[in-house]
Order: sequence, then C-alpha cells, then structure tokens
Amino acid sequence: MPSPKRITAMASKELFHILRDPRTLAIIILMPVLQLIIFGYAMNLEIRRVPLLIDDQARNASSERLINAFSHTPYFQIVPANQRRLEPEELFKERRAQATLCIPVDFGSASQVLLLKIDASDPNSAQLIQSYAQGIIASGFPASLDLRPFILYNPDLKSSFFFVPGLVAMILVMICALLTSISISREKELGTLEQILVSPVSAMEILLGKVLPYIFLGLADALLILGVGMLLFQVPFRGDFLVFLGFTFLYVLCSLCLGLLVSTLAKTQQAAMMMALGITLLPTLLLSGYLFPIPSMPWLLQKLTYIIPARYYLQIIRGIMLKGNSISELYQAGISLGLMSIVMLIVAVKRFKLRLS
Amino acid sequence: MIETINLNRKFGSFTAVDNLNLKIDKAEIFGFLGANGAGKTTTLRMLCGLLTPTSGTITVNGLNVVKNPEAVKRSLGYMSQKFSLYGDLRGIENLQFYTGIYGISWTAAKTNIKSLISQFDLDKYLKLKTSELPMGYKQRLSLVCALVHNPPLVFLDEPTSGVDPKARREFWQVINELAYRGKTVIVSTHFMDEAEYCNRVLIMQAGREEVCGNPLQLKQSHRVATMQQLFLKIAGADNAQS
Repeated sequence: MPSPKRITAMASKELFHILRDPRTLAIIILMPVLQLIIFGYAMNLEIRRVPLLIDDQARNASSERLINAFSHTPYFQIVPANQRRLEPEELFKERRAQATLCIPVDFGSASQVLLLKIDASDPNSAQLIQSYAQGIIASGFPASLDLRPFILYNPDLKSSFFFVPGLVAMILVMICALLTSISISREKELGTLEQILVSPVSAMEILLGKVLPYIFLGLADALLILGVGMLLFQVPFRGDFLVFLGFTFLYVLCSLCLGLLVSTLAKTQQAAMMMALGITLLPTLLLSGYLFPIPSMPWLLQKLTYIIPARYYLQIIRGIMLKGNSISELYQAGISLGLMSIVMLIVAVKRFKLRLS
Repeated sequence: MIETINLNRKFGSFTAVDNLNLKIDKAEIFGFLGANGAGKTTTLRMLCGLLTPTSGTITVNGLNVVKNPEAVKRSLGYMSQKFSLYGDLRGIENLQFYTGIYGISWTAAKTNIKSLISQFDLDKYLKLKTSELPMGYKQRLSLVCALVHNPPLVFLDEPTSGVDPKARREFWQVINELAYRGKTVIVSTHFMDEAEYCNRVLIMQAGREEVCGNPLQLKQSHRVATMQQLFLKIAGADNAQS
C-alpha cells in the first residue's frame, strides 16, 4: 500500500522545487499567457477587409446600391478598378484581390444574377468570404436570394469562441505533460533519484508524490488561461463553474499521467521535453477536433482520436462554456479521461525502474 | 551481516564485477579500495539493491537483496559518490525529506541525528540552501541524511573525495563512532591512507578481488610499510602478469 507519509514527503519536496525554480514558475505562469496571446491573435479566423474588385457593367441605381452595401461593411475593401481590365485569375495570382463581383449589364432590370469569384487557395477564407457576401446580399436585398443562416451558440461567428476553449485544452496538456516529465528526468540527470531509490519508497509513491503538487498548479493554470482568454477575447462562460473545475481536474490528471509515462521513456530532461511536446502539441492541434472536425477525418484517424485526451476535454469545455452543458451531458467524456489517467498511471508505475541500469 | 556468493555484474561485454565472494561482519568497517573503474561503486550499488547482479546472490541479514528489496532498503543508509541532495532545499528540508520517504516521524529522526549534527557542527548550516554549503559540509549533511532512520548498515561511496585532509580526518572519526555504536560501515575510497581506518579492506582491480584482510596483517604478509606500497605492489604484479 502506498504510504501517505512518503507521498507527502515527495509532494512537499516537489513543491519547494517549483516555488524556488524560476524556470518552472516561468513555464507555469508565463508560457500559457504568452501562448494564449500569440495563438489568440494569430489564429484569428475572422477576416476583415477582403480586397474585392467590383466589375460593374450595369452602372445603374441598383448596382450602385449593391456596391454601397459592400463598401460599407468592415469585411470588404473595394479595390479600385484599373483602366486595363484584368482577368480575375491574374488579380488573384498577384494577390491584389481575393474576390471579384461581376454585375452584369442588365442587373436590376432583367437579371438578378451576380457572379462572385473567390480565390479559394485558402478554403477557409473562401468559405467565410462567401458567407459574408451572401449575408450582405441577403440582408440588404430581400428581393434576391433569401438565404438566412441561423447560427446557434456563436451567432456572430466569433472565432474567439472557437479558439479560446481549444487553447485551454492544448496549453494545459502541453504544460502538464512537460512539468511531470521534466521533474522526473531532472532527478535522473542530477543523480538525486539514486538517493531516493535506495530508500524503501515504491514507484507508486514516487509518481503520486510527483503528480500531487502539479494537480493544483494545473488547475490554477487552467483558471489563468481561462481568465485571460475571457478578458482578452470576450468569451462567454455559460455553464457551471464547479462542473468545469471537476472535469478540468480529470483532464489535468490525465495530462500529468501522460508526462509520467514520458518520463519512464526519456533519460534526459531534453529528451523528455521533446517527447512531451511531440506527443501533445501536434496531435492535440490536429486530432482532437480542435481545428478539424473529427467526422470529416478518414476512418483510421477517427479511431486515433480516441486516445487523444483533448478530444474529450474539448467536448467538455466547449459544452460548458458555450452551451452551458451540465454533468449529465458530459459524464461519458469525463469517464474516458478518468480511465485514461488510471491506465497511464499503472503503465508508468510498471515501467518505472526502481533500479539503475 | 552481508554475504555474497559468486557475484557478477556485466555491462554489455564489459565485466564490472567479476566473481566476488564476500563476508562482512556486524559492526565492521569494511573498505573497498581500488583505482577508478575497479568496480567499487558497482559492487556497493549491488549490495544495497540499486543494481541487479548479472549472476550470483547477495544476502543482507539473511535476506536476499534481489528478492526482498524493500526490507533490505529499510535497514540501510547510502551515501552516493556524487553529491545528490537537493541544492535548492535547505539543509533541514533535505533532512525532513529523507525522514519522510523512510516513513518515520521527524521527532524520531531528530533523536537519531541530534548528536551527529552537533558533532559535525552542522547546526548553523541547516538553515542555508544546500547548494550554498562548503563542500565538506555538503558531505557531512549527506551522511546525516543517510542516517535519519538509524540504519544498522551504512554504505558510503567515496565519501571523502573532494574534501580537505582535516575534514577527512573528522569524517573518519564519525565513521569510527558509527561502528563503535554497532553499525556496519561499508566504505569505498581511492585514498590508500584511509584504508588504515578500516577493520578489513578489499583491494579490487578490474572487477576482481586482489587481496582482502586486515590492513596491518596485509602489510606484514606482503612486507610493505604502507597501504600505498601494497597497492602499487599488487597493481605492478598484475601488470607484470598481463
């Protein structure tokens, strides 16, 4: 049986390390805030001032009204038409415009058809441009196409609603996995582990003692990221805070156990750092459903997402923050995180060597 | 107290410890002597369960070290060759940490180490961060940390390397007292003069036992004046053979 006394000894020693090492403190406090700010502003998926070229062949009152509607939104910036007529393809290649709107000669009288050509080399932007244009036409011109998308939870399609919860998930798993894996491999490197290993302390006691202080730090970090995210990017929080805290505890635990697993593989701090970043950063970004929807992935990748902790946490945090979900809608994801933590902890304990090699 | 039978340890194709048979008695100061790489550290690590032997058996107090690591570890204190206390922790915090992982109370530990701390003149250094201590005091603190649980068996791997001669003498005084109080002390060193403090020494070379016995008797039987001469004679004989 693991002895509480030994676990406490390990945990309180670990706490001293954390509080006295400026590097660890920097990882815990500065890294998430910096990441949130950098990612947050860089990953702004809303686009503004799309260069739009309008080819107005009609030159009548209707076409003027239309052009006015486009030029009075922040989404488009009208590119002045050149004397020389350029084909849209050329404009796109030179990146002078991202879209062109062609108004036919008989617009407003015989024809109601408009041609919008969009540079889709960046498909996400293309889709946004299309919906912006449709939105303008739909709102200002009820006679023409009446397409009214009804969007739930994020009516303004604010991308901060989308990336702040995702960033909480990503930064947490990265930092937690880094912290535990580095703290154990550092003891291997310094030789202090040897002195622990001659004592009767068990692998379970060592690992639990390592994880314990970081659970609190992880939770504090989650609140920090969330707070900064809500402050800077005005993301709502519609669910119950205690429910959020409970599920975040599970996610932090899961991420810390992942770090433990890494530490049983890595011999040096540097190797641990590379491994921890490698198995958290890209998989979380790509396979958690953060950037790419899971149902649109190929079969094999869809199956792979089941072992990504962030997959479950994203469901949880988006649910709580944006939809106001309660436990009854999220418990399955929570169970998955709990089970993953237990399995990883057991594997780490089995793999942790109480002897030198 | 400790017995090994045909103890071997290989690292790949390199034989670090070659067929060692030992018997160490209670309250004995037993010294492992030898040049760097002779296999002293590997032997010590195997004796306290940090390394698994490639073959052979080790029993400590009748317990097999490989099969009962926890029970054996409870009964031993170990001071590694490399300074391995936590530099960012104060002296007192290091002591409390080791007390904690041996699962004993701080009150009990304090009675175990109280006299040692005053003897080592460590009192005023306990409040300092361990990394700020002078080398000699680091070593002393390491020894005290290894003794918080009052173990009957003490392993010291090159405890005096990097320590000035005066501090070395003081250190050996403490080692002597430990043995006087009934503790078995197993120590490795490459200082030949320190061998004189041991009840018995074992001179190792390339993982093998060269000679083993009481320093005084060894010097007499080999007709040398000092352990240094004995060591050189053995090393020379070995070189001549090969």
